Amino acid sequence: MSRAIAILFQTLLAAGLAPLVGGFIRWVKARLNGRRGAPPWQPYYEIQKLLGKEAVVSRTASWIFRATPFVVFSTSLVVASFVPLVAAPAGRFIAGDLFAAVYLLLLGTFFLALAGLDTGSPFGGMGASREMTVVALTEPTVALSIVALALNAGSTSFSQIVSRTLAEPAAALGPGHLLAFAALFIVTLAETGRLPVDNPATHLELTMIHEAMVLEYSGPYLALVEWGASLKLFVFLALAVNLFMPWGIAVSLAPIPLAIGLVTFVVKIGVLATAIAVLETRVAKLRLFRVPELLSASFVLALLAVLSTFLTR
Amino acid sequence: MTVDRSAAFLFMIAGYLAGAIVALIAPSDRIARGATAIGAASGSVAGLVVALAVLATGDRFELVRPDMIAVAGGIAIQLDSLGALFLALVCSVGLFAAIYGFTYTADYDGRRSLRFFGLMFNAFLLGMSLVPCAANVFTFLFAWELMAVASYFLVMTEHESSDARAAGLWYAAMAHFGFVLLLPMFLIMAPAAGATAFVDLRAGASALPPAARSTVFALALAAFGSKAGVVPLHVWLPRAHPAAPSHVSALMSGVMIKLGVYGLLRVTADFLGTGPAWWGGLVLAVGSLSALGGVLYALTENDLKRLLAYSSVENVGVIFLGIGAALVLQSYGLPALAMVGFGAALLHTVNHACFKTLLFLAAGNVLHGAHTRNMEQMGGLIKGMPVTAMAFLIGSAAAAALPPLNGFASEWMVFQALLSGAQIPKPEVAIGSPLAVGVLALTSGLAAATFVKAFGISFLAMPRSDAAAAAREPHWSAWTALGAFAAATVVLGLFAPSAIAAMYRIVESVTATPRDVTGGGGIWLLSANGVAAVSPLLIAVLVASVAFVAFASIRARGFDVRVADTWGCGRIRQTARMEYTSSAFAEPLRRIFSELYRPTEDFSVSVHPEARLIIRSITYTTRIVPWIEKALYEPVTRGARAIAASVRRLQAGSVHLYLLYIAAALMAALASAWWFE
Amino acid sequence: MQLFSKILRTGIATELLRASDPDAVEIGRALDVRARQLLGRALAIREVDAGSCNGCELEIVGLASPIYDMERFGFHFVASPRHADLLLVTGPVTRNMEIPLRRTYEATPAPKFVVAVGDCAKSCGVFKGSYAVVGPVESVIPVDVSIAGCPPEPADILRGILAALDRLSPGPAR
Repeated sequence: MSRAIAILFQTLLAAGLAPLVGGFIRWVKARLNGRRGAPPWQPYYEIQKLLGKEAVVSRTASWIFRATPFVVFSTSLVVASFVPLVAAPAGRFIAGDLFAAVYLLLLGTFFLALAGLDTGSPFGGMGASREMTVVALTEPTVALSIVALALNAGSTSFSQIVSRTLAEPAAALGPGHLLAFAALFIVTLAETGRLPVDNPATHLELTMIHEAMVLEYSGPYLALVEWGASLKLFVFLALAVNLFMPWGIAVSLAPIPLAIGLVTFVVKIGVLATAIAVLETRVAKLRLFRVPELLSASFVLALLAVLSTFLTR
Repeated sequence: MTVDRSAAFLFMIAGYLAGAIVALIAPSDRIARGATAIGAASGSVAGLVVALAVLATGDRFELVRPDMIAVAGGIAIQLDSLGALFLALVCSVGLFAAIYGFTYTADYDGRRSLRFFGLMFNAFLLGMSLVPCAANVFTFLFAWELMAVASYFLVMTEHESSDARAAGLWYAAMAHFGFVLLLPMFLIMAPAAGATAFVDLRAGASALPPAARSTVFALALAAFGSKAGVVPLHVWLPRAHPAAPSHVSALMSGVMIKLGVYGLLRVTADFLGTGPAWWGGLVLAVGSLSALGGVLYALTENDLKRLLAYSSVENVGVIFLGIGAALVLQSYGLPALAMVGFGAALLHTVNHACFKTLLFLAAGNVLHGAHTRNMEQMGGLIKGMPVTAMAFLIGSAAAAALPPLNGFASEWMVFQALLSGAQIPKPEVAIGSPLAVGVLALTSGLAAATFVKAFGISFLAMPRSDAAAAAREPHWSAWTALGAFAAATVVLGLFAPSAIAAMYRIVESVTATPRDVTGGGGIWLLSANGVAAVSPLLIAVLVASVAFVAFASIRARGFDVRVADTWGCGRIRQTARMEYTSSAFAEPLRRIFSELYRPTEDFSVSVHPEARLIIRSITYTTRIVPWIEKALYEPVTRGARAIAASVRRLQAGSVHLYLLYIAAALMAALASAWWFE
Repeated sequence: MQLFSKILRTGIATELLRASDPDAVEIGRALDVRARQLLGRALAIREVDAGSCNGCELEIVGLASPIYDMERFGFHFVASPRHADLLLVTGPVTRNMEIPLRRTYEATPAPKFVVAVGDCAKSCGVFKGSYAVVGPVESVIPVDVSIAGCPPEPADILRGILAALDRLSPGPAR
């Protein structure tokens, strides 16, 4: 029973902490720009404000437009429930493995793309088209990174991968792991709409990918979509951090390991978020048709990761 | 409850024959349609009873009539679990296609021969039902040819269109190409002249030398692969399936191509048994090509039914990936892991039949309502056809392999089967297996993009033509078929562990491998080593609960909703011309894969004759011709025409020359008889 | 790496918000309490150029710069009026921009308010009486706060928005 409570606690933690990660990245970028910037907890104020606003729905939109925010939010949150965060529990309530996580996030993107098309606005269609292009091209890289991890661990189950990496720390610094981490990092940037693939703060519609799909959303619908997007970023960062550098993660459900797990998790996410903020300050956005080159590079990295894992076994 | 299986089987045959004959002699079109539907439906129900009886108990069903057509070995029927699965597929899709067809073909009243259609429809179902039951070569080939000929006539229903005529020609050519390869394949396996029952073939195949076994395998792959629709033998599929009426397309795409999978499994898993690793490698390569090729061409299609046809090519590729993984694992002595591959392939066969039928029948409703197959003319159909839209959405989500539907469950199992290849320490497997995983992942990502386009452009936003604006649901009887398959898609997804357990039982009975792998405990789909697990049911429950909690809390808080025009940057008018088009949606991917597509572009600007700066119109045409047809088939057809033209010179028209030919042939026959004495 | 050494050398460049011309800001109608509470800490701003000469736009762009840094008050620019709470309108409303401005206002969800920036938005400025101009922003959509100046200083624009939200403290600097 305590396992179910631990999973529930992790899920609520994810829901609560996810906006903070996006806000923290924004705050670090502001400081790097020489500005004071909004406090890292600004996204909470924004969500609260949006929940109180009116929702304007397009005349041409169907029920898909209204249902999508709930689909996006719930799929991201359910993925957060079985991804290792503070602990890596196994068993009855962990609904899926790595493949299930990827495809469940794809379900959210599918509906978001449909909602973009549903409004009948050219920006929505453009965002949907570009988002599906990027997502389709990241799928093989994600699959191969999963294969690289699963080869070492023997299966695609999260708890297995975490425990295997904890048991063999030398393997974590091996070429397979490092290459897979690099590939997965590029995929994270692509799937969550960060520079150099997509600028989350752009106002030019023709440069948008993710933002273009949500241009029509307002009020509580927009709050859920933004929350779902921040949950997706949170999940990807958690995967990058806990699958490749799981030290400090709680292996049992006793209070002390959980507290240590929480602190180390927050610190690791903070470090990775800072790295993303620094990267976003340094690079410029890629032209849309240069993005496949970046994604093929990440595919090659993932393929090399798999091959080196085979060779070093 | 014991079922008299022979009686049910004979009732099935009788139902189809009755439907065919009564339809042929029916006094009016309406009665012809009714007879077609009733005959096909009753035959399908009886066949379903037999199939389920065999599946439930695992006992084979046999019916041998050596006295009928004794010269070719007689009619021999034997239904084991594998055949029963495919018979169940044929009959369940046939039943609902027949019901759907009753109101769908009402459009043809007075314009076409519904009597002939009814005859061919029932003959088609009869042929497809007999193929999995066949127990000797003659029965199999008879049923195979009956299926091909009947479906040819069904494809040619709208024969006044040149597309349909070309489709029929390609289809007939490819079907007979397959038939020509099947004959030697069976005959090589026969241990002695006249011993052509499947039991004999099984014994004969195990006694063959390796070169002959590989020849049999290659012939089987080519023949059954062309029926299943793998690249490069798929060219008939995107032509024939859109040309046929929608319920016939559903039957062809949902079931007929699966009979190619049945044939391949029967020959490789049952007759030939374990083979060298390159068999599996070849199947994996063919599967990867089909999966990628199918989905890439589906992505750029604007014809809704042709998009669905290419998607069938893609899914057959996925099935072959599962079979290939199983063959590779089998050849390296890992039969328990191979079972995961075969089970995944069979599960995907069933799942694809389910959601593809759903999609084709929904597309039939769209065609009926909007009178067009061109997605560029559709849009906004969800307002006028909400039930069809919901059905198409469920089918699209399943085709895109999204949890918790059935497409996800079988693709997950195929991934796990490919991952098991990691157990084999050979370098070619070390490179091939991750590449196959990468191809499968890319395919499913592109499939998601394809079905966002298919559903989003056709059903959402504003109608792009008046016909689309006026589209309404057809007669409500069409919904029974949609409802049945939508429910089956959802149930097969949520209860996938029970489905895969059933598939493992079937594989076990065919390959006689003990079931080491746990076939899914309760709600969990398990990987080969039982460690990785996913529960579609649990995922569905969790997602639904979270969505419900979010919805309830936001409603409890209360918020206003105002309906307004779509934000168009302050534009004066929002019209359908401002929506994204189907070609535009696929354009980024088309550009990225332009080396594969080689699209031809034509851009012309017409100006006012007296004032060159005033542009009257700008026309942009882009066309994608699958280059595999240009590269592979055009030389073949050109060569065939050249040979035919040169042979025609023999027909000079002179009677004397013909008498000379007869004399020469007689001499040659006598000489050869003396020679081979 | 030159970029990061420059960042380290420059440090935080944000200045305190100083009081300048107190007559620049004119509050037409006050926001109701609920709107002020809701929008007080997170405000999304959509800028609409209703035919201006872009002088005001240059000052508005400065709002997001490190010197004035409006993000520290919780404000940020958004691309779509559906996401916006505040419409920042510049320019005398030209004939061609009358309908788009009205549509932008209708597309914004409630609660919302409008700040007219610059002399042109307040009273058509130098373009008053032109054949191409419809009238000040007030004649097309309801305006809550007007900020005079040609162009107004970014600090005045900020003070105007803060005053509308009743967040302006009475002291000289913030």
